[in-house]
Formats: sequence, C-alpha cells, structure tokens
Amino acid sequence: MHELALARSILDAAVRHCDGHRVSRVDVTVGALRQVVPDSLAFNFEVLARATPCEGASLRQHLRPARLRCACGEEWELAEPSFRCPRCDGGQTTVIDGDQLLVESIEIEEAACTAPR
Amino acid sequence: MHRTKVRVAEDVLDANATIARANRADFDQAGVRVVNLMSAPGAGKTALLERALAGGLSDELGEVRAGVLEGDVQGSLDAQRLAMLHVPVTQLNTAPGFGGECHLDANMVRSALSALPLGEIDLLVIENVGNLVCPAEFRVGEDARAMVCSVTEGEDKPLKYPLMFRTCDLVLINKIDLLPHLDFSLDALLGNLERIHPGVQHMLVSARTGEGVRAFADWLLARARERTSAGDLAPRQAARAAGTPA
Repeated sequence: MHELALARSILDAAVRHCDGHRVSRVDVTVGALRQVVPDSLAFNFEVLARATPCEGASLRQHLRPARLRCACGEEWELAEPSFRCPRCDGGQTTVIDGDQLLVESIEIEEAACTAPR
Repeated sequence: MHRTKVRVAEDVLDANATIARANRADFDQAGVRVVNLMSAPGAGKTALLERALAGGLSDELGEVRAGVLEGDVQGSLDAQRLAMLHVPVTQLNTAPGFGGECHLDANMVRSALSALPLGEIDLLVIENVGNLVCPAEFRVGEDARAMVCSVTEGEDKPLKYPLMFRTCDLVLINKIDLLPHLDFSLDALLGNLERIHPGVQHMLVSARTGEGVRAFADWLLARARERTSAGDLAPRQAARAAGTPA
C-alpha cells in the first residue's frame, strides 16, 4: 500500500539526478524489513514515470534479507517475524541489514559526442 | 547514443526525513513536544484522545496544554468531536489537494504548521490517518510514537505489521472491556508483541469505560515535560514554573 509513496520518492530521486537525460534503468536496494511488495512497487513506478524522463525505465529491485545481531553476539537472518535471539532468547537485538531502501544508481542515455576533437 | 551509469546512493525517505527534521526544529523552537498517534481505522484513536484530554491534562506539577492535529483522508468528523472538549484542533485532509494519501508525511504536516496554535500549547498530538502500513514509514517531526491496537483486530497484528509495531514507543491495547465477549487471547497478543518489539511499553485501556486512560494521560504528560535536545524545559512550562507569564 505504501508502494505508491515510495515509488514517487524513487522517481523524484531519479529525475533529480538524470540532468534531463532519458533514464533507461533505476537500481534500488530494498531491505526485507521495509515490507515492500516488489510487483506493486514496479507497477506504481511504471505508472508514475509516464511523461517523465523515467518513462519506460526498468526498475531493478535488489532485495536484501534482514539480519539481526543480539547483545550476546549471535547473528542470524530473520526467517520468521521474531526479533528475539534464537540462542539466548534476549530482546536486545539490533538490525544490521535489511532495513534499507536506497536508490543506488540510474542509467541515463546520452547522445554520442560528435564534436570535433 | 550510449548509456551511462550515474551513482545516486540516496535513501528513498531522505526527502521526507529532511522535512521532518525541519518540523522538529520548529516544534522545539516553539517549546512543543509532539506525539504521532497511529492505528488501524476504527481502533479508537479519537475516542482515547477524547477520554485522555477531557478536562485537561494536569498533575501535581501543573497543567499541560494539548492541541491536536487531526489527519484524515476526508472530512472533519474527528476534529469536531475533539473541538467539543475545547481542545485546539487543526484539521489536515489528505484528500485531493494533497493527493488523497493514506498517511501523513512530513510535508503535509509542514503545510499545516502556520495553522497550528504552537504559541498556546505544550503538547501536540498528531492523529495520523488510520492505517497500519504507510504511517510507519514516514516521520513527521514527532518526539515519540504511540499506536493503538484494539482487541477486536486479532492477536496476530504485530506479526503482520512488524514495521508499525517496531517503530512505536508505546502500544495502547484498546477495547479491553470487550474481552469477555471475544475469542481473543491477550497473552497471545502480548507474546507476539514481545517477539516483534521486545520490551516495548504497553497499556491496557478502554476508551469506553475509561479503564487505563489515566495511565495514557500520564504518559502524554511525561512526553510534554521531556526536555528538548538542548536540555531546557519547554519555555512556557519553564515560565509557569518560575511564576512568570509566558
């Protein structure tokens, strides 16, 4: 449901960095904890990108699993929704990966330089 | 035509976070503490606020003046309910004009700043749009986050909406007067909450009977009295404590 607002933010970032060029591809890293539905994000992005430099651009989503670390030193990948330590059952856990939502890069199309050297 | 890769490396929520920090700075400047109150539709946010704010927020340290920023997709029904209590209420609609969003974001709250009576209040409660997904993503400049989860919603909600439950400082479990009539296990809900957000503070409340609402009011009072990052009391409270007019 929040994919609409997220797609808008991704589009804004891509348009801000494209310097007026056509954008053919946008790479984003999506952490599992952001609860993003990939198809929904792609659909919203496609619709919002119409009539912008990102029209027709492919949105590549790189998914990152969630990883947690406990105060006891245990590190694990979150497989079920529980933030308690599987080793000591402690609750002092921190998220070390999988909570990011980043626009990593865009690919822009530029006319080949024809100016004489 | 050739293709060039351009590095962006930008958090998708950066733009919102920047505006949220600006809001927070303005609230700090005005000496107003801010609570972002969230829940699913119909969980009882407005009813709890009505109960908690009726008659004013006060304790042995004195009175704290509260205002409400009411976020709704459409209409002002909740604002009208709260205005009956003589609480300053500002309505913020996300419907056309703002894009009909299912949540408040920092920019929407910023657009309402000039309409807020910041000079008259110590505490602003922002009642977000009823939704357990989107509001969790967007900081609006708050100092603390509270959410309402009612017992009619089922025990599994923390597992289904971990982002929301993990992002809150207080979970209000509402409608506990209905427990005798429901196949609902409070222990199961609390167990799920503990799995998703270990150690998070929770309160059992009923907006209908008033049970537990005093504890919520005390929590709001405590938030309003928290010092700013600069370490000073909210100016109006400090002035009152010193016996001088603000």
